[in-house]
Amino acid sequence: MSSVVLVLITGLGVGALYFLVASGLSLIYGLMNVLNFAHGAFIALGALIGWEVAEHTDAASWWSFLLSLVVGAVVGAAFAAFTELVLIRPLYQRHIEQVLVTVGLSFAAIALFDGIWGQDLHSVKGPAWLDEVTVVAGAHIANIFWVLIVAAVLVLGGLSLFLRKTRYGKIIRAGVENRAMVTALGIDVRRAFTLVFSIGGAAAGLGGVLAMHYMTGVTPEIGSSLLIFAFIVIIIGGTESLVGTAVASVIVAVLQQFANTYLWGTGDFIAIVLLPIVLLLRPSGLFGKRA
Amino acid sequence: MSAATPILEVEHLSASIAGQQVVEDVSFTVPRSGVTALLGRNGVGKTSTLRGILGLIQRRGIVKFAGERIDTMQTYRIVQKGIGYVPEEREVFSKLSVAENLELAERQKNPHREFVARLFPDLVQRRDQQAGTLSGGQQQMVSVARALLNDNQLLLVDEPTKGLAPKIVNEVADALAAASKTVPILLVEQNLEVVRRLADRVVVIVGGRVAHVGDAAATLDDADLVRRLLGVHVGDSAHGGIAPARNAGEGAEGGQHA
Repeated sequence: MSSVVLVLITGLGVGALYFLVASGLSLIYGLMNVLNFAHGAFIALGALIGWEVAEHTDAASWWSFLLSLVVGAVVGAAFAAFTELVLIRPLYQRHIEQVLVTVGLSFAAIALFDGIWGQDLHSVKGPAWLDEVTVVAGAHIANIFWVLIVAAVLVLGGLSLFLRKTRYGKIIRAGVENRAMVTALGIDVRRAFTLVFSIGGAAAGLGGVLAMHYMTGVTPEIGSSLLIFAFIVIIIGGTESLVGTAVASVIVAVLQQFANTYLWGTGDFIAIVLLPIVLLLRPSGLFGKRA
Repeated sequence: MSAATPILEVEHLSASIAGQQVVEDVSFTVPRSGVTALLGRNGVGKTSTLRGILGLIQRRGIVKFAGERIDTMQTYRIVQKGIGYVPEEREVFSKLSVAENLELAERQKNPHREFVARLFPDLVQRRDQQAGTLSGGQQQMVSVARALLNDNQLLLVDEPTKGLAPKIVNEVADALAAASKTVPILLVEQNLEVVRRLADRVVVIVGGRVAHVGDAAATLDDADLVRRLLGVHVGDSAHGGIAPARNAGEGAEGGQHA
Protein backbone atom coordinates (compact mmCIF):
# COMPACT_ATOMS: atom_id res chain seq x y z
CA MET A 1 0.00 0.00 0.00
CA SER A 2 2.69 2.49 1.04
CA SER A 3 4.64 1.82 -2.15
CA VAL A 4 1.55 2.62 -4.25
CA VAL A 5 1.05 5.87 -2.30
CA LEU A 6 4.73 6.67 -2.75
CA VAL A 7 4.58 6.09 -6.51
CA LEU A 8 1.33 8.03 -6.81
CA ILE A 9 2.51 11.10 -4.91
CA THR A 10 5.91 10.99 -6.58
CA GLY A 11 4.05 10.86 -9.89
CA LEU A 12 2.01 13.88 -8.87
CA GLY A 13 5.19 15.74 -7.97
CA VAL A 14 6.92 14.89 -11.24
CA GLY A 15 3.72 15.76 -13.06
CA ALA A 16 3.78 19.13 -11.32
CA LEU A 17 7.32 19.64 -12.59
CA TYR A 18 6.26 18.70 -16.12
CA PHE A 19 3.41 21.17 -15.90
CA LEU A 20 5.70 23.93 -14.63
CA VAL A 21 8.06 23.53 -17.59
CA ALA A 22 5.25 22.87 -20.08
CA SER A 23 2.80 25.60 -19.03
CA GLY A 24 4.76 28.36 -20.76
CA LEU A 25 5.15 26.23 -23.88
CA SER A 26 1.42 25.46 -23.84
CA LEU A 27 0.52 29.13 -23.37
CA ILE A 28 2.77 30.26 -26.23
CA TYR A 29 1.66 27.53 -28.63
CA GLY A 30 -2.00 27.56 -27.62
CA LEU A 31 -2.35 31.33 -27.84
CA MET A 32 0.14 32.33 -30.50
CA ASN A 33 0.59 29.16 -32.56
CA VAL A 34 4.34 29.41 -32.13
CA LEU A 35 6.06 26.07 -31.58
CA ASN A 36 8.87 27.36 -29.43
CA PHE A 37 11.88 25.04 -29.43
CA ALA A 38 13.84 27.71 -27.54
CA HIS A 39 11.71 27.01 -24.47
CA GLY A 40 14.41 24.63 -23.19
CA ALA A 41 16.86 27.53 -23.31
CA PHE A 42 14.46 29.65 -21.22
CA ILE A 43 14.30 26.82 -18.66
CA ALA A 44 18.09 26.42 -18.66
CA LEU A 45 18.82 30.13 -18.28
CA GLY A 46 16.31 30.44 -15.43
CA ALA A 47 17.89 27.46 -13.69
CA LEU A 48 21.48 28.62 -14.23
CA ILE A 49 20.80 32.15 -13.00
CA GLY A 50 18.81 30.66 -10.11
CA TRP A 51 21.89 28.58 -9.29
CA GLU A 52 24.05 31.74 -9.38
CA VAL A 53 21.67 33.43 -6.95
CA ALA A 54 21.80 30.43 -4.62
CA GLU A 55 25.60 30.35 -4.85
CA HIS A 56 25.96 34.02 -4.01
CA THR A 57 23.48 34.03 -1.15
CA ASP A 58 22.79 31.68 1.71
CA ALA A 59 21.55 28.78 -0.43
CA ALA A 60 20.24 26.86 2.57
CA SER A 61 17.86 29.64 3.57
CA TRP A 62 14.28 30.00 2.43
CA TRP A 63 14.74 33.61 1.36
CA SER A 64 17.58 32.59 -0.94
CA PHE A 65 15.38 29.82 -2.33
CA LEU A 66 12.52 32.27 -2.95
CA LEU A 67 14.89 34.88 -4.39
CA SER A 68 16.30 32.33 -6.84
CA LEU A 69 12.74 31.45 -7.93
CA VAL A 70 11.88 35.12 -8.51
CA VAL A 71 15.13 35.89 -10.32
CA GLY A 72 14.82 32.72 -12.43
CA ALA A 73 11.29 33.74 -13.45
CA VAL A 74 12.33 37.32 -14.25
CA VAL A 75 15.31 36.18 -16.32
CA GLY A 76 13.12 33.66 -18.18
CA ALA A 77 10.57 36.40 -18.88
CA ALA A 78 13.21 38.83 -20.12
CA PHE A 79 14.82 36.23 -22.40
CA ALA A 80 11.41 35.28 -23.78
CA ALA A 81 10.38 38.91 -24.37
CA PHE A 82 13.64 39.52 -26.22
CA THR A 83 13.02 36.41 -28.33
CA GLU A 84 9.50 37.52 -29.23
CA LEU A 85 10.47 41.08 -30.07
CA VAL A 86 13.59 40.31 -32.09
CA LEU A 87 12.94 36.91 -33.66
CA ILE A 88 9.26 35.97 -33.56
CA ARG A 89 7.48 39.24 -34.31
CA PRO A 90 9.22 39.87 -37.67
CA LEU A 91 8.19 36.35 -38.73
CA TYR A 92 4.51 36.74 -37.86
CA GLN A 93 2.41 33.99 -39.47
CA ARG A 94 5.49 32.36 -41.02
CA HIS A 95 5.28 29.30 -38.81
CA ILE A 96 8.01 27.19 -40.40
CA GLU A 97 10.49 30.05 -40.18
CA GLN A 98 9.45 30.64 -36.57
CA VAL A 99 10.14 27.00 -35.70
CA LEU A 100 13.51 27.11 -37.46
CA VAL A 101 14.56 30.31 -35.71
CA THR A 102 13.63 28.91 -32.28
CA VAL A 103 15.56 25.71 -33.02
CA GLY A 104 18.57 27.83 -34.00
CA LEU A 105 18.22 29.98 -30.90
CA SER A 106 18.02 26.90 -28.72
CA PHE A 107 21.29 25.48 -30.11
CA ALA A 108 23.04 28.86 -29.95
CA ALA A 109 21.86 29.64 -26.42
CA ILE A 110 22.83 26.26 -25.00
CA ALA A 111 26.24 26.46 -26.70
CA LEU A 112 26.66 29.89 -25.09
CA PHE A 113 25.60 28.53 -21.68
CA ASP A 114 28.07 25.66 -22.11
CA GLY A 115 30.77 28.24 -22.76
CA ILE A 116 29.86 30.27 -19.66
CA TRP A 117 28.98 27.56 -17.14
CA GLY A 118 30.61 24.43 -18.62
CA GLN A 119 28.92 21.08 -19.08
CA ASP A 120 29.57 19.72 -15.58
CA LEU A 121 26.78 19.44 -13.04
CA HIS A 122 26.55 22.42 -10.69
CA SER A 123 25.16 21.06 -7.45
CA VAL A 124 22.76 23.04 -5.35
CA LYS A 125 21.69 22.59 -1.77
CA GLY A 126 18.47 24.35 -0.88
CA PRO A 127 16.72 24.62 2.47
CA ALA A 128 17.25 21.48 4.58
CA TRP A 129 13.48 20.81 4.69
CA LEU A 130 13.55 20.01 0.96
CA ASP A 131 15.85 17.05 1.63
CA GLU A 132 13.62 15.70 4.37
CA VAL A 133 10.58 13.49 3.97
CA THR A 134 6.96 13.60 5.07
CA VAL A 135 5.29 10.30 5.90
CA VAL A 136 1.90 9.78 4.22
CA ALA A 137 0.09 6.45 4.75
CA GLY A 138 3.43 4.85 5.51
CA ALA A 139 5.10 6.27 2.40
CA HIS A 140 8.14 8.52 2.82
CA ILE A 141 7.58 11.43 0.42
CA ALA A 142 10.49 13.80 -0.32
CA ASN A 143 9.39 17.33 0.56
CA ILE A 144 10.52 18.78 -2.79
CA PHE A 145 7.48 17.06 -4.30
CA TRP A 146 5.14 19.12 -2.10
CA VAL A 147 6.89 22.30 -3.23
CA LEU A 148 6.51 21.26 -6.87
CA ILE A 149 2.82 20.47 -6.42
CA VAL A 150 2.07 23.76 -4.63
CA ALA A 151 4.02 25.74 -7.23
CA ALA A 152 2.18 24.03 -10.10
CA VAL A 153 -1.23 24.71 -8.53
CA LEU A 154 -0.29 28.37 -7.99
CA VAL A 155 0.96 28.75 -11.57
CA LEU A 156 -2.15 27.08 -13.02
CA GLY A 157 -4.46 29.22 -10.86
CA GLY A 158 -2.50 32.39 -11.57
CA LEU A 159 -2.47 31.87 -15.32
CA SER A 160 -6.16 30.99 -15.41
CA LEU A 161 -7.06 34.07 -13.36
CA PHE A 162 -4.88 36.25 -15.56
CA LEU A 163 -6.55 35.03 -18.76
CA ARG A 164 -10.09 35.26 -17.33
CA LYS A 165 -10.01 38.36 -15.20
CA THR A 166 -7.50 40.86 -16.55
CA ARG A 167 -7.90 43.13 -19.58
CA TYR A 168 -4.68 41.80 -21.07
CA GLY A 169 -5.92 38.27 -20.53
CA LYS A 170 -9.09 39.08 -22.44
CA ILE A 171 -7.11 40.79 -25.19
CA ILE A 172 -4.97 37.68 -25.51
CA ARG A 173 -8.01 35.37 -25.68
CA ALA A 174 -9.65 37.63 -28.24
CA GLY A 175 -6.41 38.00 -30.21
CA VAL A 176 -6.02 34.26 -30.50
CA GLU A 177 -9.45 34.11 -32.09
CA ASN A 178 -9.23 37.14 -34.37
CA ARG A 179 -6.08 39.19 -34.21
CA ALA A 180 -7.17 41.64 -36.95
CA MET A 181 -10.43 42.46 -35.17
CA VAL A 182 -8.59 43.19 -31.93
CA THR A 183 -6.46 45.75 -33.75
CA ALA A 184 -9.65 47.13 -35.36
CA LEU A 185 -10.85 47.92 -31.82
CA GLY A 186 -7.82 50.18 -31.39
CA ILE A 187 -5.72 47.71 -29.39
CA ASP A 188 -2.04 47.04 -30.06
CA VAL A 189 -2.27 43.27 -29.95
CA ARG A 190 1.46 42.84 -30.45
CA ARG A 191 2.09 44.09 -26.93
CA ALA A 192 -0.27 41.43 -25.60
CA PHE A 193 1.61 38.73 -27.47
CA THR A 194 4.95 39.94 -26.11
CA LEU A 195 3.33 39.59 -22.70
CA VAL A 196 2.28 36.01 -23.50
CA PHE A 197 5.84 35.16 -24.40
CA SER A 198 7.14 36.84 -21.24
CA ILE A 199 4.70 34.93 -19.05
CA GLY A 200 5.64 31.70 -20.80
CA GLY A 201 9.31 32.52 -20.22
CA ALA A 202 8.66 33.34 -16.56
CA ALA A 203 6.95 29.97 -16.06
CA ALA A 204 9.90 28.29 -17.80
CA GLY A 205 12.41 30.12 -15.61
CA LEU A 206 10.48 29.22 -12.46
CA GLY A 207 10.20 25.61 -13.62
CA GLY A 208 13.93 25.58 -14.36
CA VAL A 209 14.87 26.66 -10.82
CA LEU A 210 12.50 24.09 -9.27
CA ALA A 211 13.78 21.39 -11.64
CA MET A 212 17.30 22.25 -10.49
CA HIS A 213 16.29 21.67 -6.86
CA TYR A 214 14.48 18.46 -7.79
CA MET A 215 17.59 17.20 -9.59
CA THR A 216 19.88 18.76 -6.91
CA GLY A 217 21.93 20.38 -9.63
CA VAL A 218 21.97 22.02 -13.02
CA THR A 219 23.73 21.79 -16.38
CA PRO A 220 22.99 23.85 -19.52
CA GLU A 221 21.21 20.77 -20.91
CA ILE A 222 18.56 20.75 -18.15
CA GLY A 223 16.00 22.38 -20.42
CA SER A 224 16.59 20.06 -23.36
CA SER A 225 16.00 16.97 -21.25
CA LEU A 226 12.73 18.37 -19.89
CA LEU A 227 11.54 19.82 -23.19
CA ILE A 228 10.66 16.43 -24.67
CA PHE A 229 8.29 15.74 -21.77
CA ALA A 230 6.88 19.25 -22.04
CA PHE A 231 6.02 18.61 -25.70
CA ILE A 232 4.52 15.21 -24.85
CA VAL A 233 2.18 16.62 -22.20
CA ILE A 234 0.97 19.60 -24.22
CA ILE A 235 0.21 17.40 -27.22
CA ILE A 236 -1.56 14.78 -25.08
CA GLY A 237 -3.45 17.46 -23.13
CA GLY A 238 -4.54 19.36 -26.22
CA THR A 239 -2.53 22.36 -27.31
CA GLU A 240 -5.31 24.88 -26.65
CA SER A 241 -5.87 23.92 -23.04
CA LEU A 242 -3.79 24.84 -20.01
CA VAL A 243 -5.95 22.57 -17.84
CA GLY A 244 -5.41 19.81 -20.42
CA THR A 245 -1.66 20.31 -20.06
CA ALA A 246 -1.99 20.02 -16.28
CA VAL A 247 -4.05 16.82 -16.45
CA ALA A 248 -1.77 15.30 -19.09
CA SER A 249 1.27 16.16 -16.97
CA VAL A 250 -0.16 14.19 -14.06
CA ILE A 251 -1.27 11.24 -16.24
CA VAL A 252 2.10 10.96 -17.99
CA ALA A 253 4.14 11.32 -14.82
CA VAL A 254 2.04 8.91 -12.74
CA LEU A 255 2.12 6.27 -15.48
CA GLN A 256 5.84 6.86 -15.83
CA GLN A 257 6.43 6.34 -12.10
CA PHE A 258 4.27 3.22 -11.99
CA ALA A 259 6.09 1.80 -15.01
CA ASN A 260 9.46 2.59 -13.49
CA THR A 261 8.49 0.84 -10.30
CA TYR A 262 6.44 -2.10 -11.53
CA LEU A 263 7.43 -2.56 -15.20
CA TRP A 264 11.19 -2.85 -15.03
CA GLY A 265 12.04 0.83 -15.32
CA THR A 266 10.17 1.42 -18.57
CA GLY A 267 8.70 4.79 -17.49
CA ASP A 268 10.27 6.94 -20.22
CA PHE A 269 9.26 4.37 -22.84
CA ILE A 270 5.65 4.40 -21.61
CA ALA A 271 5.54 8.23 -21.60
CA ILE A 272 6.81 8.43 -25.16
CA VAL A 273 4.59 5.59 -26.44
CA LEU A 274 1.58 7.33 -24.93
CA LEU A 275 2.08 10.18 -27.39
CA PRO A 276 1.38 8.29 -30.66
CA ILE A 277 -1.42 6.34 -28.97
CA VAL A 278 -3.26 9.54 -28.00
CA LEU A 279 -2.53 11.14 -31.38
CA LEU A 280 -3.99 8.13 -33.18
CA LEU A 281 -7.09 7.84 -31.00
CA ARG A 282 -7.70 11.55 -30.39
CA PRO A 283 -5.53 13.76 -32.60
CA SER A 284 -6.58 16.99 -30.91
CA GLY A 285 -5.47 15.68 -27.49
CA LEU A 286 -7.53 14.89 -24.41
CA PHE A 287 -8.86 18.44 -23.92
CA GLY A 288 -8.48 19.80 -27.44
CA LYS A 289 -11.41 20.52 -29.73
CA ARG A 290 -12.20 17.71 -32.16
CA ALA A 291 -11.45 18.67 -35.76
CA MET B 1 -10.22 72.52 -39.73
CA SER B 2 -13.30 73.95 -41.41
CA ALA B 3 -16.67 72.27 -41.06
CA ALA B 4 -16.74 71.91 -44.82
CA THR B 5 -13.60 69.76 -44.85
CA PRO B 6 -14.59 66.12 -45.25
CA ILE B 7 -13.97 63.85 -42.28
CA LEU B 8 -12.53 61.25 -44.65
CA GLU B 9 -10.73 61.80 -47.94
CA VAL B 10 -9.79 58.79 -50.02
CA GLU B 11 -7.56 59.52 -53.01
CA HIS B 12 -6.43 56.91 -55.53
CA LEU B 13 -6.81 54.08 -53.05
CA SER B 14 -5.79 50.66 -54.34
CA ALA B 15 -5.82 47.57 -52.20
CA SER B 16 -4.82 43.96 -52.63
CA ILE B 17 -5.32 40.67 -50.83
CA ALA B 18 -2.64 37.99 -51.22
CA GLY B 19 -1.21 39.88 -54.20
CA GLN B 20 -4.54 40.16 -56.00
CA GLN B 21 -5.84 43.68 -56.62
CA VAL B 22 -9.31 44.10 -55.13
CA VAL B 23 -9.63 47.91 -55.15
CA GLU B 24 -8.32 50.02 -57.99
CA ASP B 25 -7.76 53.77 -57.83
CA VAL B 26 -10.81 54.65 -55.74
CA SER B 27 -11.33 58.30 -54.75
CA PHE B 28 -14.20 59.76 -52.73
CA THR B 29 -14.91 61.80 -49.62
CA VAL B 30 -17.16 61.44 -46.60
CA PRO B 31 -18.66 64.65 -45.14
CA ARG B 32 -18.66 65.47 -41.44
CA SER B 33 -22.28 64.55 -40.95
CA GLY B 34 -24.86 62.14 -42.23
CA VAL B 35 -24.58 58.71 -43.79
CA THR B 36 -22.62 58.05 -46.96
CA ALA B 37 -23.48 54.71 -48.52
CA LEU B 38 -20.79 52.88 -50.47
CA LEU B 39 -22.66 50.78 -52.99
CA GLY B 40 -21.83 48.31 -55.73
CA ARG B 41 -22.46 44.79 -56.88
CA ASN B 42 -21.10 41.83 -54.98
CA GLY B 43 -17.33 41.57 -55.21
CA VAL B 44 -16.58 45.08 -56.51
CA GLY B 45 -14.42 45.90 -53.51
CA LYS B 46 -16.67 47.74 -51.06
CA THR B 47 -15.57 45.71 -48.05
CA SER B 48 -11.97 45.83 -49.25
CA THR B 49 -12.22 49.63 -49.51
CA LEU B 50 -13.23 49.83 -45.83
CA ARG B 51 -10.52 47.37 -44.86
CA GLY B 52 -8.01 49.33 -46.94
CA ILE B 53 -8.95 52.57 -45.18
CA LEU B 54 -8.31 50.85 -41.85
CA GLY B 55 -5.07 49.25 -43.01
CA LEU B 56 -6.42 45.75 -42.47
CA ILE B 57 -5.24 44.80 -45.96
CA GLN B 58 -2.35 46.05 -48.07
CA ARG B 59 -3.16 49.40 -49.64
CA ARG B 60 -1.65 52.26 -51.65
CA GLY B 61 -2.93 55.77 -52.13
CA ILE B 62 -3.82 58.62 -49.82
CA VAL B 63 -6.32 58.39 -46.97
CA LYS B 64 -6.87 61.46 -44.83
CA PHE B 65 -8.91 61.43 -41.65
CA ALA B 66 -9.88 64.88 -40.32
CA GLY B 67 -7.19 66.29 -42.59
CA GLU B 68 -4.43 63.99 -41.30
CA ARG B 69 -2.91 61.25 -43.43
CA ILE B 70 -3.55 57.84 -41.95
CA ASP B 71 -2.53 55.62 -44.86
CA THR B 72 0.85 54.76 -43.36
CA MET B 73 -0.47 54.15 -39.85
CA GLN B 74 -1.16 50.79 -38.27
CA THR B 75 -4.78 49.80 -37.80
CA TYR B 76 -4.92 50.27 -34.03
CA ARG B 77 -3.52 53.79 -34.33
CA ILE B 78 -6.06 54.69 -37.03
CA VAL B 79 -8.90 53.45 -34.84
CA GLN B 80 -7.54 55.33 -31.84
CA LYS B 81 -7.86 58.52 -33.90
CA GLY B 82 -11.62 58.06 -33.61
CA ILE B 83 -12.91 55.55 -36.12
CA GLY B 84 -15.39 52.84 -35.15
CA TYR B 85 -15.64 49.72 -37.31
CA VAL B 86 -18.50 47.27 -37.71
CA PRO B 87 -17.14 44.43 -39.87
CA GLU B 88 -19.11 42.51 -42.47
CA GLU B 89 -19.11 39.17 -40.68
CA ARG B 90 -19.75 40.67 -37.23
CA GLU B 91 -16.50 39.12 -36.00
CA VAL B 92 -17.47 38.95 -32.36
CA PHE B 93 -15.05 37.06 -30.16
CA SER B 94 -17.03 33.87 -29.86
CA LYS B 95 -15.33 32.49 -26.74
CA LEU B 96 -15.67 35.74 -24.81
CA SER B 97 -18.88 36.80 -23.11
CA VAL B 98 -21.01 39.67 -24.42
CA ALA B 99 -19.73 41.86 -21.58
CA GLU B 100 -16.11 40.96 -22.36
CA ASN B 101 -16.63 41.75 -26.06
CA LEU B 102 -17.95 45.17 -25.14
CA GLU B 103 -15.28 45.83 -22.49
CA LEU B 104 -12.53 45.24 -25.02
CA ALA B 105 -14.03 47.85 -27.34
CA GLU B 106 -14.01 50.58 -24.68
CA ARG B 107 -11.27 53.09 -25.49
CA GLN B 108 -12.28 55.97 -23.28
CA LYS B 109 -12.80 56.57 -19.56
CA ASN B 110 -16.53 57.06 -19.79
CA PRO B 111 -17.83 54.77 -22.53
CA HIS B 112 -21.44 55.17 -23.64
CA ARG B 113 -22.69 52.05 -21.85
CA GLU B 114 -26.12 53.50 -21.07
CA PHE B 115 -26.68 54.62 -24.67
CA VAL B 116 -25.76 51.16 -25.90
CA ALA B 117 -27.94 49.50 -23.24
CA ARG B 118 -30.90 51.62 -24.35
CA LEU B 119 -30.34 50.69 -27.99
CA PHE B 120 -29.81 47.00 -27.33
CA PRO B 121 -31.51 45.97 -24.06
CA ASP B 122 -31.24 42.33 -25.13
CA LEU B 123 -27.46 42.53 -24.73
CA VAL B 124 -27.84 43.62 -21.12
CA GLN B 125 -29.87 40.48 -20.42
CA ARG B 126 -27.25 38.36 -22.11
CA ARG B 127 -24.11 40.04 -20.81
CA ASP B 128 -22.65 36.81 -19.39
CA GLN B 129 -23.55 34.67 -22.40
CA GLN B 130 -20.72 33.49 -24.65
CA ALA B 131 -20.91 35.61 -27.81
CA GLY B 132 -20.49 32.58 -30.05
CA THR B 133 -23.81 31.19 -28.78
CA LEU B 134 -25.81 34.30 -29.74
CA SER B 135 -28.06 34.43 -32.80
CA GLY B 136 -26.80 36.26 -35.88
CA GLY B 137 -28.90 39.30 -35.03
CA GLN B 138 -27.64 39.43 -31.47
CA GLN B 139 -24.06 39.09 -32.68
CA GLN B 140 -24.68 42.01 -35.02
CA MET B 141 -25.94 44.03 -32.07
CA VAL B 142 -22.69 43.28 -30.22
CA SER B 143 -20.73 44.30 -33.29
CA VAL B 144 -22.60 47.59 -33.68
CA ALA B 145 -22.55 48.23 -29.92
CA ARG B 146 -18.75 47.92 -29.88
CA ALA B 147 -18.53 50.80 -32.35
CA LEU B 148 -20.99 52.98 -30.43
CA LEU B 149 -19.28 52.79 -27.03
CA ASN B 150 -16.72 55.47 -27.88
CA ASP B 151 -16.77 59.10 -29.03
CA ASN B 152 -15.85 58.29 -32.60
CA GLN B 153 -15.59 60.87 -35.36
CA LEU B 154 -16.50 58.35 -38.05
CA LEU B 155 -18.08 54.91 -38.23
CA LEU B 156 -17.24 52.41 -40.96
CA VAL B 157 -20.18 50.01 -41.07
CA ASP B 158 -20.02 47.01 -43.38
CA GLU B 159 -23.22 45.15 -44.33
CA PRO B 160 -24.88 45.51 -40.93
CA THR B 161 -28.16 43.87 -41.99
CA LYS B 162 -26.72 40.99 -43.98
CA GLY B 163 -28.52 37.73 -43.25
CA LEU B 164 -30.76 39.21 -40.55
CA ALA B 165 -34.50 38.72 -40.03
CA PRO B 166 -36.63 41.76 -41.01
CA LYS B 167 -37.38 42.66 -37.38
CA ILE B 168 -33.69 42.67 -36.51
CA VAL B 169 -32.90 44.63 -39.69
CA ASN B 170 -35.18 47.37 -38.37
CA GLU B 171 -33.56 47.30 -34.93
CA VAL B 172 -30.07 47.59 -36.40
CA ALA B 173 -31.21 50.34 -38.78
CA ASP B 174 -32.81 52.20 -35.83
CA ALA B 175 -29.53 52.01 -33.94
CA LEU B 176 -27.55 53.33 -36.89
CA ALA B 177 -30.09 56.10 -37.45
CA ALA B 178 -29.69 57.13 -33.81
CA ALA B 179 -25.91 57.01 -34.09
CA SER B 180 -25.86 59.01 -37.32
CA LYS B 181 -27.27 62.02 -35.46
CA THR B 182 -23.94 62.43 -33.71
CA VAL B 183 -21.36 60.77 -35.92
CA PRO B 184 -20.91 60.48 -39.70
CA ILE B 185 -21.15 56.98 -41.10
CA LEU B 186 -19.64 55.35 -44.16
CA LEU B 187 -22.05 52.50 -44.78
CA VAL B 188 -21.70 49.47 -47.04
CA GLU B 189 -25.16 47.96 -47.47
CA GLN B 190 -26.86 45.68 -49.99
CA ASN B 191 -30.39 46.28 -48.71
CA LEU B 192 -31.38 49.37 -50.67
CA GLU B 193 -34.42 50.05 -48.50
CA VAL B 194 -32.07 50.43 -45.56
CA VAL B 195 -29.86 52.65 -47.72
CA ARG B 196 -32.87 54.75 -48.69
CA ARG B 197 -33.80 55.13 -45.04
CA LEU B 198 -30.34 55.95 -43.67
CA ALA B 199 -28.16 57.43 -46.39
CA ASP B 200 -27.80 61.04 -47.50
CA ARG B 201 -25.29 60.37 -50.27
CA VAL B 202 -24.15 57.38 -52.24
CA VAL B 203 -20.82 56.46 -53.74
CA VAL B 204 -21.12 53.63 -56.25
CA ILE B 205 -18.17 51.42 -57.12
CA VAL B 206 -18.17 49.55 -60.40
CA GLY B 207 -15.30 47.31 -61.44
CA GLY B 208 -13.20 48.43 -58.49
CA ARG B 209 -13.53 52.17 -59.31
CA VAL B 210 -15.95 54.91 -58.28
CA ALA B 211 -18.57 55.23 -61.04
CA HIS B 212 -21.13 57.51 -59.44
CA VAL B 213 -21.44 59.92 -56.53
CA GLY B 214 -24.72 61.62 -55.73
CA ASP B 215 -27.70 62.23 -53.51
CA ALA B 216 -29.02 58.95 -52.10
CA ALA B 217 -32.72 59.49 -52.71
CA ALA B 218 -32.22 60.88 -56.21
CA THR B 219 -29.95 57.98 -57.16
CA LEU B 220 -32.27 55.30 -55.81
CA ASP B 221 -35.26 56.94 -57.48
CA ASP B 222 -33.56 56.57 -60.85
CA ALA B 223 -34.47 52.97 -61.67
CA ASP B 224 -32.40 52.92 -64.84
CA LEU B 225 -29.31 54.19 -63.01
CA VAL B 226 -29.79 51.67 -60.24
CA ARG B 227 -30.11 48.85 -62.78
CA ARG B 228 -27.01 49.95 -64.67
CA LEU B 229 -24.80 50.59 -61.64
CA LEU B 230 -25.99 47.93 -59.24
CA GLY B 231 -27.57 45.39 -61.56
CA VAL B 232 -30.86 45.33 -59.69
CA HIS B 233 -34.46 46.04 -60.68
CA VAL B 234 -36.41 48.42 -58.51
CA GLY B 235 -39.85 47.15 -57.57
CA ASP B 236 -39.18 43.57 -56.51
CA SER B 237 -39.47 42.78 -52.82
CA ALA B 238 -36.65 40.25 -52.63
CA HIS B 239 -33.90 42.78 -51.86
CA GLY B 240 -35.75 45.36 -49.87
CA GLY B 241 -37.80 46.29 -52.91
CA ILE B 242 -35.01 45.65 -55.35
CA ALA B 243 -34.11 42.48 -57.24
CA PRO B 244 -30.88 41.46 -58.98
CA ALA B 245 -30.91 41.94 -62.74
CA ARG B 246 -30.15 38.90 -64.80
CA ASN B 247 -29.96 40.56 -68.17
CA ALA B 248 -27.53 42.12 -70.60
CA GLY B 249 -27.05 45.06 -68.24
CA GLU B 250 -24.60 43.07 -66.13
CA GLY B 251 -22.49 42.12 -69.10
CA ALA B 252 -22.51 45.65 -70.43
CA GLU B 253 -21.42 46.95 -67.01
CA GLY B 254 -18.50 44.58 -66.83
CA GLY B 255 -17.46 45.42 -70.37
CA GLN B 256 -17.49 49.13 -69.67
CA HIS B 257 -14.75 48.78 -67.08
CA ALA B 258 -12.78 45.91 -68.54
